[in-house]
Amino acid sequence: MNKLTQMMQWKAVRQVIEPFIGLFVVLGFFAVSDVSHILFTGSTWNLLLVQTVVVALGAMGMTMVIISGGIDLSAGSVVALSSVVGAKCILLGVPFPLVILCCVLVGGLTGAINGALIAGLRIVPFIVTLGMMGIARGVAKWIANNQTVNYTAKYGNEHPVRSILERTDFRHFFPLPPGVWLTAFLAIVMILVMRRSVFGRHVFALGSNEDTARLCGIRVQWKKMAIYAIAGLFFGLAGLMQLSRLNLGDPTASVGLELEIIAAVVIGGASLSGGSGSILGSMIGALIIVVLKLGSTLKGWENHIQEIIIGVVIIFAVCVDRFRHSGLLKRSRD
Amino acid sequence: METARLELSEVRKHFGSTKALDGASLMVQPGEVHALIGENGAGKSTLMKILSGACSRDAGEIKLDGEDLRLTNPLQARDQGISMIYQELNLAPDLSVAENVLLGMEPKRFGWLNRKEMQDRASAALEELGAQAIDPQTTVRRLTIAQQQLVEIARALVSDPRVVIMDEPTSSLTQADTERLFAVIRRLRDRGVSVIYISHFLEECQAVCDGYTVLRDGKSVGSGESMSQTSLDEIVHLMVGREVSDIYAVPPHAMGDSVLQVVEVSGLDKPRKVSLELHTGEIFGLAGLVGAGRTETLRSIFGLDPMTGGSVERAGKRLPGSRPHERLREGLGLLSENRKEEGLLLNRHVADNLTLSDLKPLTRYGWIRESAQRAAAEHWIDELGVKTSGPDQEMGKLSGGNQQKVAIARLLHHGSDVLLLDEPTRGIDVASKQQIYRLMGRLAAEGKAVLFVSSYLPELLGVCDTIGVMRRGELVAVKPAADWTEHAIMLAATGADESVA
Ligand SMILES: Nc1ncnc2c1ncn2[C@@H]1O[C@H](COP(=O)(O)OP(=O)(O)OP(=O)(O)O)[C@@H](O)[C@H]1O
Ligand SMILES: [Mg+2]
Repeated sequence: MNKLTQMMQWKAVRQVIEPFIGLFVVLGFFAVSDVSHILFTGSTWNLLLVQTVVVALGAMGMTMVIISGGIDLSAGSVVALSSVVGAKCILLGVPFPLVILCCVLVGGLTGAINGALIAGLRIVPFIVTLGMMGIARGVAKWIANNQTVNYTAKYGNEHPVRSILERTDFRHFFPLPPGVWLTAFLAIVMILVMRRSVFGRHVFALGSNEDTARLCGIRVQWKKMAIYAIAGLFFGLAGLMQLSRLNLGDPTASVGLELEIIAAVVIGGASLSGGSGSILGSMIGALIIVVLKLGSTLKGWENHIQEIIIGVVIIFAVCVDRFRHSGLLKRSRD
Repeated sequence: METARLELSEVRKHFGSTKALDGASLMVQPGEVHALIGENGAGKSTLMKILSGACSRDAGEIKLDGEDLRLTNPLQARDQGISMIYQELNLAPDLSVAENVLLGMEPKRFGWLNRKEMQDRASAALEELGAQAIDPQTTVRRLTIAQQQLVEIARALVSDPRVVIMDEPTSSLTQADTERLFAVIRRLRDRGVSVIYISHFLEECQAVCDGYTVLRDGKSVGSGESMSQTSLDEIVHLMVGREVSDIYAVPPHAMGDSVLQVVEVSGLDKPRKVSLELHTGEIFGLAGLVGAGRTETLRSIFGLDPMTGGSVERAGKRLPGSRPHERLREGLGLLSENRKEEGLLLNRHVADNLTLSDLKPLTRYGWIRESAQRAAAEHWIDELGVKTSGPDQEMGKLSGGNQQKVAIARLLHHGSDVLLLDEPTRGIDVASKQQIYRLMGRLAAEGKAVLFVSSYLPELLGVCDTIGVMRRGELVAVKPAADWTEHAIMLAATGADESVA
């Protein structure tokens, strides 16, 4: 009996630390290298977190989509679209809170369209969101007239949008910009939603077996609509963060961001066949990617090396995950 | 004495803290059909998985024709002449029959598929089974379940096996198909092949098996040379460790008012204008051959399949909406006949599976109270005697029969008052069957209505108040159960009664 409770406690502990292991390994690598004195400073971590925000917000939406058994390839384009729309709004003199709302709602709208097509016409998510990836990008370019939307000429550097992710102290960890706090707060909310809410349970159910979900009275098509729309809201918000970071709306930015987001989610332990994954894992996955990028930059490695390393890490993470679940793979249960 | 074909001794296997096998032994002679019997979760499937290389063992010896057998994967077992037919069908539905039969051992010439030889070998195997009627070129999806099973057996045969393992092969077959399967098994036996046969239908085992071994809690607790000479009571006693009598004795219940009227319900192909009425306290059985449209009728009523005509009513009023969530809200509940594909979330834990359709009462301010969910799950695990390590065990790790119990428990948790049960006793052991019949009786006594689909006539005749028989999508006859006999049901189901009349 004693042994059993011990085992259960160990299991609980493991569940909490397991996602962090990958991060520790990556940090450990840089810790023993010659860049550790730069990497392990408050100000670098401040920068790290600021740089993680866009991928982290995207990963929150994407995790939900992937757990439900879907995929959203339009994330990167939607981020670009949202940032362009935000920049245009600023140029048009729209008040600050409304700018935020516009960005988020643009994302929500594209997500809702994705969801409606996937649920209503029963087209596979891969195709619908692949289409939306092109459409959103095209619309962004159209709105922006094929150039960056620059509002600094009109408003200078002091527009409040800028302050969302602006670093004010380059020597210390604190203060963190409000965007980082908001992201952390949303991550906690999403962890709770996915773990403890009925909605979260339904998302998992949908991803592990859609037929069972239907049988149990879950309104499968509605849920899908909602999932893609909510994911869109997150992508929209990520667009706002992008806007704040770049201080301009760039319709050609964030190309390939969706793959980075998906990578973060997969490194975080989600399965692309649906039914498993966690927000916490994805957040750490996002951090791992950013640490790798920044670490490589510090080491003076070139871009192509970074890309190779990230690719290797993705494959490695999935292998480790497979290994952990190997019991599950070997089994052909009756 | 000649060496046994197969000898397993003191096999042990544990999964985490669960001891699935705790000293299981089994001896099978050449040309013997051997029954492996035991309660749900006794370890039958695990033992056979070890024998077929799908699962490793912790301890114990396996000897095949006197030689030690060390297996690390199923292909090796197949090379050694051990073929397994799983509890649920394992075919690639979009490949052709021939492709399925020779899957993994396709004849090749210069690295290219030799289609001709593939066809020939597949048809030879099918012919041996007396299944010439199946065209090796059709896609498996278009075959009936019984035909698909023959394809599985054909697949087991092409590797020229010494031992064929059948894990609950008849759980989705009708009686006629079962008879056909028995003929196949006897043919195998006459060729000197040993067959290990797992089934919860003890009468079947008696009809087709020679020797038997009984497993309880992972241990072999008894075995004998002649199944047909041994009384079933004795075997059941070995299985469950106590007497089980009167398995069809259900608590008394009285039929009351009509609760659900199904009026001329039609689906895309089946059902065709099916009308029936369920009353409080009624167990209504639906009999018929496979493909008669019983499952489709239930699914149309519940809104899982589209209804092209007719209506489902309560007290003369049409039920609002037509989709499953609306039906659930109106107190209907459906148990799917297909627990693996549709019934359960195999990668979620037991508690989620149990409470999925009705999470709301377990929440506070919209958040699930995990303690309440656990408690609810524990309650039902207890009530139905589900063998599991606890509410947070992964569903896929339960034995087949215990999975089925969880699927049933979900309906009870939901508190539906009209229960549509499609083959609820599939894959369930005798003692648990009795428990489920009693449960149905108790539910009826509480004023619920049960619509009970089964292919096993004795249980329909044993527990139902009313029985309807379906044929080709139509409900052809409804009578009180007392007015039916097995023979009469078969006649109605095949249409033979009309050709005589
Ligand atoms: N992969 C696994 N992980 C954990 N436990 C398992 C696993 N496979 C089987 N078990 C456990 O081992 C026990 C034996 O299971 P098994 O499937 O062999 O039973 P069975 O005799 O075939 O039952 P049934 O008649 O219900 O099919 C069960 O308690 C089951 O929960
Ligand atoms: Mg089994």
